[in-house]
Amino acid sequence: MKPLITAENLAVSFDGTPVVHDVSFTLRAGSCLGIVGESGSGKSVTARSLLGLNGENATVTATTLDIGGDLRSATEEQFRRLRGSRIGYVLQDALTSLDPIRRVGAEVAEPLRLHGVPRAERPGRVQDLLAAAGIPEPELRARQRPSELSGGLRQRALIAAALALDPEILIADEPTTALDVTVQAEILSLLEDSLAQGRSIILISHDLAVVERLADHVLVMKHGRVVEQGPTHEVLTHPQHEYTQRLLSAVPSAHSRGERLSDTPPQPLQIRSAAIPRPAEAGPVLSVQGVTKRYRGPDGRHRTVVDDVSFDLHAGETLGIVGESGSGKSTTAWMSLALTAPSAGQVLLDGRPWSGLPERRRRGRRRRISVVHQDSLGSFDPRWTVGRIIADALPGDVPRAQHASRVEELLDSVGLTGAHAVRHPLSLSGGQRQRVSIARALATGPEILVLDEPVSALDVSIQAQVLDLLVDLQRTLGTAYLFISHDLGVIHHLSDRVLVMQGGRIVESGSADDVFFAPQHDYTRQLVSALPSPRLEEIA
Amino acid sequence: MTILAPAPEDTAPAQAPQAAFRPARRTPLHSPGFCLALGAVAVVALAAVAPGLLAHQDPLEIHLAESFDAPSLQHPFGTDQSGRDVYSRVVHGAGQSLVIGLGATAIGLLGALALGLAGGLGGRFADVAVTRVIEVLYAFPGILLALILIAVYGNSAMTQMVAVGVASMPGYARMVRGQVLSVKGSLYVEAARSLGHSPLRILLRTILPNTFRPLTVLITLGIGQAIVWAAALGFLGMGVQPPTAEWGAMLNAGRNYIQMAWWMDFFPGITIVLFTLSLTVIGRHLQRATDSGAAR
Repeated sequence: MKPLITAENLAVSFDGTPVVHDVSFTLRAGSCLGIVGESGSGKSVTARSLLGLNGENATVTATTLDIGGDLRSATEEQFRRLRGSRIGYVLQDALTSLDPIRRVGAEVAEPLRLHGVPRAERPGRVQDLLAAAGIPEPELRARQRPSELSGGLRQRALIAAALALDPEILIADEPTTALDVTVQAEILSLLEDSLAQGRSIILISHDLAVVERLADHVLVMKHGRVVEQGPTHEVLTHPQHEYTQRLLSAVPSAHSRGERLSDTPPQPLQIRSAAIPRPAEAGPVLSVQGVTKRYRGPDGRHRTVVDDVSFDLHAGETLGIVGESGSGKSTTAWMSLALTAPSAGQVLLDGRPWSGLPERRRRGRRRRISVVHQDSLGSFDPRWTVGRIIADALPGDVPRAQHASRVEELLDSVGLTGAHAVRHPLSLSGGQRQRVSIARALATGPEILVLDEPVSALDVSIQAQVLDLLVDLQRTLGTAYLFISHDLGVIHHLSDRVLVMQGGRIVESGSADDVFFAPQHDYTRQLVSALPSPRLEEIA
Repeated sequence: MTILAPAPEDTAPAQAPQAAFRPARRTPLHSPGFCLALGAVAVVALAAVAPGLLAHQDPLEIHLAESFDAPSLQHPFGTDQSGRDVYSRVVHGAGQSLVIGLGATAIGLLGALALGLAGGLGGRFADVAVTRVIEVLYAFPGILLALILIAVYGNSAMTQMVAVGVASMPGYARMVRGQVLSVKGSLYVEAARSLGHSPLRILLRTILPNTFRPLTVLITLGIGQAIVWAAALGFLGMGVQPPTAEWGAMLNAGRNYIQMAWWMDFFPGITIVLFTLSLTVIGRHLQRATDSGAAR
């Protein structure tokens, strides 16, 4: 049978700068092609060139580009007919790609309107589509605006819009990014259903686990080139290219504890330095005792965001808090930092009162506990260079003359160099920014580091490097980590003990291995089972 | 092809290949419009500082025999009803207009800073009070507010400046307040707090500089606006009195003779237009430069 899409030697350049080189693939009816790669690898550009969506300054060339007809010199009009009716396109970033002021129903009806479905039929079709995309109460949802829908529902609405004209091919660009892991699993099964109905899918993702679950065939892209392609199972179990191997080993998972993630093959970690004593007899460095946080909502009712949470953090250990968005994990971190006052309960730092003190008396002790944010760029003063950002965090007793050398030492310790001090954070990559953020947190010489989703915005290979850095730093400095993440794999990789939070409560706690391999609570089991495992077998 | 701003995956602007998706950076100096505008403003500034260098005739000297002369080599912009050289009057008027424009903007900004900072930093009660004051000031048309002030305090360049300044204040105040609030709630202020910095240090080192930064662009745009308002007051006969050369007052004087001596209105008018246009062009370029350099 003739493939639905045949592309040979596809290349895309923007204003003469080549971005995608020499990509060839075919998509057969009823199959799923995965395109994997990190940001900037050209995977989205490749997909968009199939739809003629790369913009005016793009030049697309190919020896063959056949989607039910030669498209090499297709006009805008031909592409427009293709979009929607033959190829449905699910845009990247579900949370922002719906028009915020249009009702969801109107968004889904848009392709119907453009392709001439009579007005009277549209509301019924829209509701069928929303229902088919697994949206409960489609009648109500169609009348709501995107801000009233959760991330998962918005993604479903986008898929419904892409499927409105019953296209043979669906292109889904990062359909599960930024969604909680259980919601992610639901979206994947929705796509699986669509595949089972005979539709073909091109799935673009940076996440190997997502691609592994759906794709029959996979294309691994790096810097605009296909470095490896083949049947998914084969590529993921016997990766030939060094880059694929590195991607696979970079994913923290059940097997990766105690190994470095950013090297191939994985290297065992150094033995914990004996120079750092772990005083077991001393009390916890941070003690959270029955804290509760209530907010009054706009409707005047109190919402309990964190409910009676207690835990101890001991010197030099890592305590992981895992939970989905809205589970209260970040609020718990904020209360530990005494940046948010608990409604009830208290936090002790070094066994002494902390959360109950007035800010004036806390200020001198703040250097004991530092924070690394997910959005490191947002946490830097936009006017400052890297050097100034770090120098600003140095304690007041460091003489100004030593600032430059201290900054350089700190940059060295996080794997950057003194030359980075004059750079502006905007000119750094995401991983480098996160390193600067860690250097700033270490500048005060803290005993505790609160890490709030520090690697969530990073590509998997960069994430691996930052996680390795954190492990190395802990081994040399003995800093205790309070590590917050939605990613169970990351949490398990790094933590000694784990707390699982749901709806503001701790539903399970225990050693990392116990929680991961023998979950007790239903919710934890759900989290673990929703976690896709990319390592089908150990890499040879 | 329709949709794109060509930046496909902007979770993290990573290393090399991302650069390919950005359009080539164009610096303002490469744009002819910006250079022209800069040149025009430089000429006006020179006229304000040293009018004698550009115009050799006395702007106040009356030659009744030469009244209503059309533009010629000797009088490039013609002469007015008293035979005064319109070109020298436009050149000498630059100083008046520029001083009033700058002064009014400074007065407006000072008042706005006091109001905006009080609102943004002073807690809930102060914020409500400041917001009401801003709203009341906004409710008056700016020109009406200026007229009231001049009616009460009399005609002079000083009252003209104060009047325009007060009229422009609510706009700036609202922006200062909004900016203070957004900076105050930003993650980087939270980060400074978590480092244990004192409130005063956070205010001086972080909140204030980041509040002013976006304002610099608006100030450039605002000066042009203030000059137009000042000219409007001059046209209405408020502010600087004849025979002193001032662009708005010159427009007013020429109004009566527009049928026979179009140049009396045309040249001061076109000067106001070109000058404020140049300021606007510069302001927009600065805005674009700061947007691409600093926004995210």
